[in-house]
Amino acid sequence: MGLLDRLDNPYEAGGIILGTIEDVLNWGRSRSDWYLHFGLACCAIEFMAMNASHFDFMRFGIIPRATPRQADFIMITGTVTLKMAERIKVLWEQMAEPKYCISVGSCANCGGPYWQYGYHVLKGVDRIIPVHVYVPGCPPRPEAMEEGMMKLQKLIDQQAIFRKRQRLAEEEALKEK
Amino acid sequence: MTTRKFIDIDFSRIESDRMRLNVGPQHPSTHGVLRLEVELDGEVVTDVIPHIGYLHRCFEKIAENVTYPQVIPYVDRMDYVSSMNNELPYVMAVEKLMGIKVPDKVEYIRVIMSELNRIANHQIAIATFGLDAGAFTPFLYLFRDREYILWIFEKASGARLLFNYFWIGGLANDVYPTFKEDVLNIVKQVRKTNQEIERLLIYNKIFIDRTANVGILPADVAINYACSGPVLRGSGVQFDLRKNEPYSIYDRFDFEIPVGKGEVGTVGDSWDRNIVRMREIEQSCRIIEQAVEQMPNEGDVQQAIPKKVRPPKGEIYFRCENPKGELGFYIISDGKDKPYRVKARAPSFVNLSVLPEISRGYLFADLIVILGSIDIVLGEVDR
Repeated sequence: MGLLDRLDNPYEAGGIILGTIEDVLNWGRSRSDWYLHFGLACCAIEFMAMNASHFDFMRFGIIPRATPRQADFIMITGTVTLKMAERIKVLWEQMAEPKYCISVGSCANCGGPYWQYGYHVLKGVDRIIPVHVYVPGCPPRPEAMEEGMMKLQKLIDQQAIFRKRQRLAEEEALKEK
Repeated sequence: MTTRKFIDIDFSRIESDRMRLNVGPQHPSTHGVLRLEVELDGEVVTDVIPHIGYLHRCFEKIAENVTYPQVIPYVDRMDYVSSMNNELPYVMAVEKLMGIKVPDKVEYIRVIMSELNRIANHQIAIATFGLDAGAFTPFLYLFRDREYILWIFEKASGARLLFNYFWIGGLANDVYPTFKEDVLNIVKQVRKTNQEIERLLIYNKIFIDRTANVGILPADVAINYACSGPVLRGSGVQFDLRKNEPYSIYDRFDFEIPVGKGEVGTVGDSWDRNIVRMREIEQSCRIIEQAVEQMPNEGDVQQAIPKKVRPPKGEIYFRCENPKGELGFYIISDGKDKPYRVKARAPSFVNLSVLPEISRGYLFADLIVILGSIDIVLGEVDR
């Protein structure tokens, strides 16, 4: 659902691309996602590998940020303990809208190998924050994380910005009545 | 209280308010989820209190609930950048408790895999240490090479990071046919990169200025805090379990123990701890070359695997030289198929305890460098 995909042949039409503003905005948003530089456990090592030479995560147009206030999405890479859960909730709330979350690895998805006997683990990070994309694996390969990233880009591409605002305005108008 | 040489101010005379600063647990330079409570006098660190437990994964309690072979995946996840090395002491402890003698081929494959993983671990350690000091390019070079090592692991065991490859009495499966050639090619590549990194990072003027004479750990303090691994050897103490108390087949190889000599600064500074890792990569290459040469081609790697892992009553403490230091497992068996108690002596946890001691009196920016030079993994600190 990218901007260019909508056209059958952009060159025959005289170099003019017709699209909605929403498409342009979404295209920009999905191709320049900044993520929070934040790793938890084993998956973070694969995450580092993904940032390095062979996989080159930055070709997706993403840049690591050290503070949640500048980040568009957060990757929960690893085991979320109950002690850490509080902190993740705070980090999530510090991020500015629109914000997204990718849950990487079995531990973040559901508790992973610690699910059965662990007294410490949060059984799925989706219990405290909303998750948009799940990446399975223990740990997932870097390719799997890239796939997750592409899924998130697709999700952002399909989002409705103005229609949502319009709908919200209508709802508020209804409330006032 | 020691102060850096280029600061000619006696800070003890100036009275100022102390400031408490919180670093972490989501700070990018804390190598995971470590939280540091730092007491600052202006820019100078007066005290550091590490708060741990953000990645506590109750390894010891889980080990009591699962059978002996099922513990191995959890052992993997303790120090996740050197999983092969973690499996080795656990597997060998249970084998010793049961009195199993593994075939020669298994021992050689274990040694080769452990040493390859030691190289991979040190490459991560040097790369992230460079990142802490502000050098990004060596990170890319080292991760490129580490990926080649992971390919070998992947071909042999099927996993990139957490292997479950060493089993009690053998291996999960035999290595593939071109294993030896691949390993020798890797060794060549690692040596080449080592030379590059020495020019690019280790003897770089900026890097030396950031790390030399920073975080000096005297040998007596290191011994008193029970430090081990490169942290201990960086202080000039020649102690390596592979040499001092040879386990497995390490007595068959010819290698040296590199120690810190204070080449560009004082003995036991951050630069020394880092150079020990560089030199250890070279020694690991030597061990691998000898092991590949001596390794027998014939042999069944699963021949000694017991049908039922049920060690007799008793207890054992077995330790190995991990890339981070001495990793020991204390196992109590009550004759059942599940261990009664498994205690892990984690090197990162012990090495981290020396941080407040060596970071007092340095600038706050140096604290990050000192923490990076200790090379901790939080999965092992908290377990």
